[in-house]
Amino acid sequence: MSVPTDPISTADPAASSSSSQRYTRRRRVPPIVWPLIALVLIFIILGFSVDPQHRMSSFISVVDNAAPVMLLALGMTLVIATGGIDLSVGAIMALSGMVAAMLITQRGWPVPLAVSAALTAGALAGAWNGFLVAVVRIPPLVATLVLMYAGRGVAMLLSQGQHVRVNSAWFDFIGGGFLLGLPFSIWIVIATLVAITLLTRRTAIGLFIESVGDNPIAARYAGVNAVGVKFSVYVVSGLCSAMAGLIAASDIREADANLIGLYKELDAILAVVIGGTSLAGGRFSLVGSIIGALIVQAVTTTILTRGVLPEMTQVVKAVVVIAVALLQSAPFVRMVASPFRGRAGATSRGSAP
Amino acid sequence: MTWRPSANLVTMAVTILVCVLLYALAGWRYHHLGFLTLQVFLDFFSENAYLGIAAVGLTFVILSGGIDLSVGAVVGLTGIILAKLMEQHGWHPLLAVALVLLIGTLFGAFQGFMIQQFQLAPFFVTLAGMFFARGVALLVSTESIGVENELFVWVSDLAIPLGADHGIRFVTIAFVVVAAAGIYLARWTRFGRFTYAIGGNEQSAILMGLPVARTKILVYVFSGFCSALAGVIWSMQYWSGKATAAEGMELDAIAAVVLGGTLLSGGIGSVLGTIVGVLILAIIGQIVTLENLTSWWTRIAIGVLLLAFIVMQKLLTRLGAVRAA
Repeated sequence: MSVPTDPISTADPAASSSSSQRYTRRRRVPPIVWPLIALVLIFIILGFSVDPQHRMSSFISVVDNAAPVMLLALGMTLVIATGGIDLSVGAIMALSGMVAAMLITQRGWPVPLAVSAALTAGALAGAWNGFLVAVVRIPPLVATLVLMYAGRGVAMLLSQGQHVRVNSAWFDFIGGGFLLGLPFSIWIVIATLVAITLLTRRTAIGLFIESVGDNPIAARYAGVNAVGVKFSVYVVSGLCSAMAGLIAASDIREADANLIGLYKELDAILAVVIGGTSLAGGRFSLVGSIIGALIVQAVTTTILTRGVLPEMTQVVKAVVVIAVALLQSAPFVRMVASPFRGRAGATSRGSAP
Repeated sequence: MTWRPSANLVTMAVTILVCVLLYALAGWRYHHLGFLTLQVFLDFFSENAYLGIAAVGLTFVILSGGIDLSVGAVVGLTGIILAKLMEQHGWHPLLAVALVLLIGTLFGAFQGFMIQQFQLAPFFVTLAGMFFARGVALLVSTESIGVENELFVWVSDLAIPLGADHGIRFVTIAFVVVAAAGIYLARWTRFGRFTYAIGGNEQSAILMGLPVARTKILVYVFSGFCSALAGVIWSMQYWSGKATAAEGMELDAIAAVVLGGTLLSGGIGSVLGTIVGVLILAIIGQIVTLENLTSWWTRIAIGVLLLAFIVMQKLLTRLGAVRAA
């Protein structure tokens, strides 16, 4: 996958050309390098936090446990690239996990069929989001916020508030099985990554997504089917969430509508933002989001192995997500950089609104 | 030119219509359970006082074109700090309340600063704020802390007697005071008018020379203060502090504001409408309880109603049946 070195900024001629030129001239390093450095750093910290003999196994557990977040992040990347957001990913995880568990345990469905049903449920939930955002044009935040709570509610109503245990070797395999030396969940991630990458980089769909996120009006004039593009990314996000929910439910051999996917929306958004996808929409990086998800999981594991309270992870993630967003914010970069740049700093201050 | 009603008027009329219809429907169905009594009506306000107070603050944020997802988490955070300070550190209630109000206000100020100064998306900053506040609250205490402080309990038991066995409780009075202050702020102060102006068209507001930056930060300050006060009122209502208190309240608060006729895009709406919106949510909650349904139905019903109202607002503005306020 090639990283475009020259951002297409013709859509916004109002932006001061001097500053945009300055940024393109300076950015010679591919953006993917920064999250990679962060990932290496956090793995070093993690390495020092555990006993030497457990080092390798803790690295492997990070990768293994990151599978659900990686899947969520893949779907979320496309949604954020269109300028949207999906807050319902955690709830869809709970919903799909519950659908699969109930069909297997209470209805005795064969696992492949139950898994397909769960994936369908996730896709339908995503379609609901997509319908609200793309067709009815409700702000994505509010549309998905409704499902964030109502989705979990539907899962609770399905199971009447009960946990549903699953005793099935096939179902266990989704989250705990190994194939060719790798956890099966990682194969799911790889397959999803490859599929989405091929779809977005080998066809025009990726360009459509970026154009809708970068400048929706220009995209419409260029004949891009913005409604279809937006609708589809939410469906994909729903599907990815459903897969993540299946892995999470399989991991604990149980569907618990209260716990599966709880607070995972923050992890997913954090992973995407760390991975270098702009929150404002437009350019996106799928590999970046995968690295971002690994960073998020490594941070979680490090905090837990250091014996800090688990509640601390949430606080740390919230701070990190704001910090990363600040690094993307032009006014912040200007403010921090201005003391170090004589003339350039002065011109940028002059052109500030 | 034909007369076209203002958007404010139309949405307000629909809101009141929905409220009256729901109340009449519930009153007819649960008449035998005493639904139409004064006590039940008063309970609508006392049981939802904290939601109402937070929703008043959120109204300003949404009017300015922003959003605040941290309201529920701030309620949990202030409640747990308050309970901990009073019960485990022996603080005087007044001092503890003053401190948590300050914390909430500063929290809002910080969020507003990040949004305005660094041009970050409001939903993003306040979403992070929501997780941050919830996390800190859980760090303070994962267990709920009961409040037994005499003065605090005495104040929360205060009531203006109405007849033999009814009374307007302290929490209701607090709600009414905040609501009145909100209405005054929105309609008769520069801050309020600036907020409407920014939500209507931020670019115009800047060109008119209005203090846009200051006002945009102030709406989050006010929302933070209201959420903190809502946390105090929550503690009075339940005589405890809990880190997971008011989980998901941001959805209820947004629903109350939108049901009250405030457009999510900002610029149009009213604090009075928000209060009617809170009343609608209260009636829905009561219906779900009386029908013996789980509280999850409340969430689903509120979500559906919220979406229905947004769709209605879209249709109204698209058909051009209304003019902007």
